[in-house]
Amino acid sequence: MTTFIIRRLITMVLLLIVVSMVTFGIFFLIPRLAGQNSYELAAQYVGRNPTKAAIMQMEAKLGLNQPLIVQYGHFLKGIVAGQYYNSGTARTWCGPPCFGYSFRTQQPVWPQMMNALPVTASLAIGASVLWLVGGVAVGVLSALKRGTVFDRLSMGTALAGVSLPIFFTGQVALLLFSYKWQIFPNVQYVPITESVQYWFSNMVLPWVTLAFLYAALYARLTRAGMLETMGEDFIRTARAKGLPERIVVTRHGLRAAVTPILTIFGMDLGLLLGGAVLTETTFSFPGLGQFTIQAINNQDLPEIMGVVMLASFFIVLANTVVDILYAVVDPRVRTA
Amino acid sequence: MALLEVSDLRVRFDTDDGLVKAVDGLSFSVDRNRTLGIVGESGSGKSVTSLAIMGLHRNTGSTTVSGEIRLDGEDLVEASPERVRRLRGEKMAMIFQDPLTALNPYHTVGAQIIEAYRVHNDVSKREARKRAIDMLGRVGIPQPSSRVDDYPHQFSGGMRQRAMIAMALSCDPGLLIADEPTTALDVTVQAQILDLIVDLQAEFGSAVIIITHDLGVVAEVADEVLVMYAGREVETGAAREVFGAPRHPYTWGLLGSMPRLDVARTERLVPIPGTPPSLINVPPGCPFHPRCAYPAQAAAPCDSEVPALLETGPGHLAACHLPAAKKQSIWAELSARTAPSRARHAKTGPAAPGSVSEVNPW
Repeated sequence: MTTFIIRRLITMVLLLIVVSMVTFGIFFLIPRLAGQNSYELAAQYVGRNPTKAAIMQMEAKLGLNQPLIVQYGHFLKGIVAGQYYNSGTARTWCGPPCFGYSFRTQQPVWPQMMNALPVTASLAIGASVLWLVGGVAVGVLSALKRGTVFDRLSMGTALAGVSLPIFFTGQVALLLFSYKWQIFPNVQYVPITESVQYWFSNMVLPWVTLAFLYAALYARLTRAGMLETMGEDFIRTARAKGLPERIVVTRHGLRAAVTPILTIFGMDLGLLLGGAVLTETTFSFPGLGQFTIQAINNQDLPEIMGVVMLASFFIVLANTVVDILYAVVDPRVRTA
Repeated sequence: MALLEVSDLRVRFDTDDGLVKAVDGLSFSVDRNRTLGIVGESGSGKSVTSLAIMGLHRNTGSTTVSGEIRLDGEDLVEASPERVRRLRGEKMAMIFQDPLTALNPYHTVGAQIIEAYRVHNDVSKREARKRAIDMLGRVGIPQPSSRVDDYPHQFSGGMRQRAMIAMALSCDPGLLIADEPTTALDVTVQAQILDLIVDLQAEFGSAVIIITHDLGVVAEVADEVLVMYAGREVETGAAREVFGAPRHPYTWGLLGSMPRLDVARTERLVPIPGTPPSLINVPPGCPFHPRCAYPAQAAAPCDSEVPALLETGPGHLAACHLPAAKKQSIWAELSARTAPSRARHAKTGPAAPGSVSEVNPW
């Protein structure tokens, strides 16, 4: 088991290095392939009608005139060990993990991301608890009461949940619960450190909106998995032993049906931690999703690199955790 | 009164295509220390019968079970599902065809036996675990005290079936139903599992029903045989009677389509022509008549009159319109044609009483 975990962790680091190479390649190499040279690239970050000297200075400052491999080396070194930026009196130390400075705002990228992360994390973690509990519960009940009114109603709702986009359900939720009935007026992000109560009450609508989409998906997945599992031979064996149906369902059915859900859950949560773009935009929450959109709009390469690396870190981490959990849940994986 | 008495059992499924008469008026009984073999092709109603006894058939509104299933005098058809659940595992247990899929891959073998034991016995986990280890030892699993914590995928096929048997017998049930217990196993393991069932039956004194399409299995372990076709019984009797002097064309067909070691390879197997009938539109009269080679010699019209199950010898019944003398001569001819050794059997009639495994099934 320990070797299994160590092996997974090593894979995780290797995977992140590959991701960094690919992302770096995409964002630094492609402009060149498209015929843009480093001078033209630098011109984007200097402001309107710049002098040639100013552009050259910017080019040197951003290191755009260096070979790609050197730039990548700087990038990696910054993340692992931190590094100095600028020279002379403007020289500043950027400690690890250093993702450099924004080309536009000259602000360090890492602290900006760390400011946005709690917003996204509150959103993603809260919603994931809601949808996991809600989706699995509805899915199991639907499977057990297959064909009844409950099953049809919940699966109909689930279909709506899967099909309706967040910017629609979010707007409807805001319209009804925030503007019309004023149950959660003036929704905005309040840090949990400031006020737990306001953090919570402002989170309810985004949570429910985000969870509705995923819960619908999970309900359908759980129902399908449960129906399949309840037809398995070992369920018949469990019944043949004379176990009460309740135990047959929970100990034998649910256990097998929920295992694949776990994989998807890890992936979904990891993906969301990198930024819940639609939900954050709908509710104007300054999370990683908003940060990403701004970075892309501004063509701010250090910010894009930073947020891509952070997002892929969460996905790879979630994957690793799921793999390890899987080994705990499914004894057949352990020996493999 | 026998431990299990089934009379006029009918199981029907109402499907979109029509009413499926999966079991159509079946009667038999098994007593403690006796083994009944139920034989028939796929779809003849063997497994449905066993599931109906256990109360494990799909309990939806579209399934109806009628007739009587008396276990120790108690009618299971009339009993509440909760009552039947309590009897399951305690008074009657079942082992299934494929032990890999029948065991839950997420729980240890021990946990699954412990669970089976504790539903019906109010004992501590520790005691149940002792019982599980004891049972695993009795079914011949080496080092049971460490194997008890293994998962099913760490067991070989034969060991899994042994574990299934240990689980089924953990509560010492009076009735053990084995549904194709050796079909999914290696040939070498098959014999071991059959021996184990026979040994444990002697030890526990249970009544055993073995459901199979493998006549070799039945010949080895069964005292009585019930041949099923299209949800009905077509022939039944003591194993050596049914195999030594079969009195139904379907049984002849089954025996003829079985490979044997003592006949030259050049001898071709004789399959039964046609396919088993649809259980929605069962042929009128004798359900076997469209595939039967002898309707012309029958004493009654096979395609309109259902043959009654009549005694053709002591305790030996068959449902066929062929006159008794005709059956004897056809069988004598059939057995002489493919195997000289069998003709000897037919001439001497029922073999001398002895161990069942001595009976040559063909």
